[in-house]
Amino acid sequence: MQRIYLDNNATTPVLPEVFEAMRPYFGEQFGNASSIHHHGQQTRAAVEDARESVAALLGCHASEIIFTSGGTEADNLAVAGLVETGDHVITSSIEHHAVLHAVLHAVLHACKHLEEIGGEVTVLPVDGRGLVDPDDVRRALRPNTKLISVMMANNETGVLQPLEEIGRIADEAGVCFHTDAVQAAAKIPIDVTRIGCHALSISGHKIHAPQGVGALYVGKGTQIQPLFYGGRHERSRRAGTENVPGIVGLGKAAQLAKEGLDRGDDKMMAAMRDRLQQGILAQVEEAGVNGAGAERVPNTTNIHFDHIDGEALVIALDLKGLAVSTGAACSSGAIEPSHVLVAMGLRADQARASIRFSLGKQTTAEDIDLALALVPDTVARLRELSPMYKRTALSS
Amino acid sequence: MPTDTIAVAMSGGVDSSTVAAMLRAEGHNVVGLTMQLWNQRRMAGREGMPESVQGRCCSLDDVYDARRVAQQIGIPYYVVNHEERFERDVVRPFVEEYLSGRTPIPCSLCNNHLKFDQLLIVAQQIGAERVATGHYARVAYDDARGKLNRKRWLLKRPADLSKDQTYFLFGLTQEQLSRTIFPLGDMTKPEVRELARRHGLALAEKPDSQEICFVPGGDYKRFIDAYLAEQGEALPDTAGELVTTSGEVIGEHAGIHNFTVGQRKGLGVATGSPLYVIQISGANKQVVVGGEENLYSRALRARRVNLIAVEDLREPMRVAVKIRHRHEPAPAMIERTGADEILVTFDEPQRAVTPGQAAVFYDREIVVGGGWIV
Repeated sequence: MQRIYLDNNATTPVLPEVFEAMRPYFGEQFGNASSIHHHGQQTRAAVEDARESVAALLGCHASEIIFTSGGTEADNLAVAGLVETGDHVITSSIEHHAVLHAVLHAVLHACKHLEEIGGEVTVLPVDGRGLVDPDDVRRALRPNTKLISVMMANNETGVLQPLEEIGRIADEAGVCFHTDAVQAAAKIPIDVTRIGCHALSISGHKIHAPQGVGALYVGKGTQIQPLFYGGRHERSRRAGTENVPGIVGLGKAAQLAKEGLDRGDDKMMAAMRDRLQQGILAQVEEAGVNGAGAERVPNTTNIHFDHIDGEALVIALDLKGLAVSTGAACSSGAIEPSHVLVAMGLRADQARASIRFSLGKQTTAEDIDLALALVPDTVARLRELSPMYKRTALSS
Repeated sequence: MPTDTIAVAMSGGVDSSTVAAMLRAEGHNVVGLTMQLWNQRRMAGREGMPESVQGRCCSLDDVYDARRVAQQIGIPYYVVNHEERFERDVVRPFVEEYLSGRTPIPCSLCNNHLKFDQLLIVAQQIGAERVATGHYARVAYDDARGKLNRKRWLLKRPADLSKDQTYFLFGLTQEQLSRTIFPLGDMTKPEVRELARRHGLALAEKPDSQEICFVPGGDYKRFIDAYLAEQGEALPDTAGELVTTSGEVIGEHAGIHNFTVGQRKGLGVATGSPLYVIQISGANKQVVVGGEENLYSRALRARRVNLIAVEDLREPMRVAVKIRHRHEPAPAMIERTGADEILVTFDEPQRAVTPGQAAVFYDREIVVGGGWIV
């Protein structure tokens, strides 16, 4: 069976060039980057080269990059490193759980349900397009507000938030501003100075580097408390011997991403995504794009196929060779309605009927053709067998 | 080689894992499905419920076990979430039945509303025409050659009567039976474990689950307290009088949901001879107690009837009737007494006929049908 992978917001394949760049660091280039000798010098150079590449992707200075074990650690480091008990934090209802739960833990020392949160965290709503209103950010400010954390691109819908406006508000108020850019990095050009953020998280495996590596940008002059204590790695901001192969992979992936963006690869990606989206909507009735009215990253489209169970659609498509996903999966692999789509005002049944398609650098026009051949038929079959659809069809 | 696709309902236990391995070895396209029905952590620590629960159905451990089996035998495997439906059709009615003075069987409700309803739909949607489960029961199609039946799907007791689960399956419709297979129907439990070993399944020695999957430890009273507290609902006041069969009030009780017919312990009264719960009256919150001789009934009425082996019951029929899971089917006559009511008259009076339980009718090994005792 030919397999098509359109779940690149979950993870991306490591690009062959990235793999080749990493290969020596599993073998002959084994030194500890902190060692004085030749071996250490070799890997130190590789780590610092990678830091330069990541900095170039984000428009910052290399000394402002802290390597982490991934996006979740970067988010946790940003939140826990900037916030103390008693501080007020502003975030949004569509953040990744890595941010939401880190905020709740940092401020309240407990992971509560959103509706139980007290005064120290403001969770901003989004509109039907999935956008935070910058005026809401302004109105939520308090004297003890320490941090605003709003993501750059949402992982489920790809919707891009108005970060530059939020950055200006943060700057005027003298409040730290963090953004989770895990789903935006490498997909759109990023310039931390234009955004005006103090901290920004990225993840390796979302940009064709391996799983288990990420980075946090922390602007010069922003003091951050470490999560880990130990040696003086990463300028004492992240103790622990560097994951050299992973960091080298992240550096290579960042370099390739920068080159791609400079070439305009993002426009080609958007064209492919639009062809998939329009092709599906042309063939399937009672379906629509979640977040259609907003600007989105070029690789993502999230579509609700009314009257079906998204979970069954994902399974049926997987059995035919197409890998896509519904909302965030819980640890047992089962599905709760996406908190992001619910926050955008979708009904629970529509949220459950939504599927995310996300393209990667490896995605080809043929992949899109095959997906277009599979999705409408599969949706039709599911609807034929869906008690929900039959009821609706009968009543209309 | 067969080319059909079969969905196997995998619980992470020995039985359903062995079914998946068997069907895979026979060459079918097998897809493993686990129904996520209940979040076991939901009630943890609430109202005296245990903080952590081990190895229960729908626990992460069981999903892990099922997934490992699927990986080992090389089949695609998915978890499908039906928690909302389970709560609506199984958990809520379970709580409400107890609060109404009845003793429910959630497993039958789960079979009727989830395993052989929602799961069959999912299976069909993903291209599997049939669902296999690890139940000990048999399905057969009667091709009209038998004297009793005409072109009907039959549910039959399994070879291993000690594991017979037909009591919980009496609600299956013809359509459901036509799309169901029970590959363990001809095997004994030791044979199943042996087969699991031969397929190299690591969980061949895993103990059987016994209790109700969403009530860890089996303390249903605590569960009801915890569930209502979680829902923000007050436990209804079902306290009332303890009366004898002749109507004499001999004490009070704290709530009818603490009792089940036939119960002897925990009545809170001391008398010379042993007392049993004879009847629970939801309407006036009375618990009727009496001597053991009062526990026996010659007849019962069953409603919400499902007939399997026959299309209708036009005239009285001789059958054997099982009134609880661990009950030897007792000879009886059944006859229709209403549009959805059957009267069961036993040859010999039966002990502790319990409203809320099922009465399942057997003609030798064939399940004729069944209904809910009122």
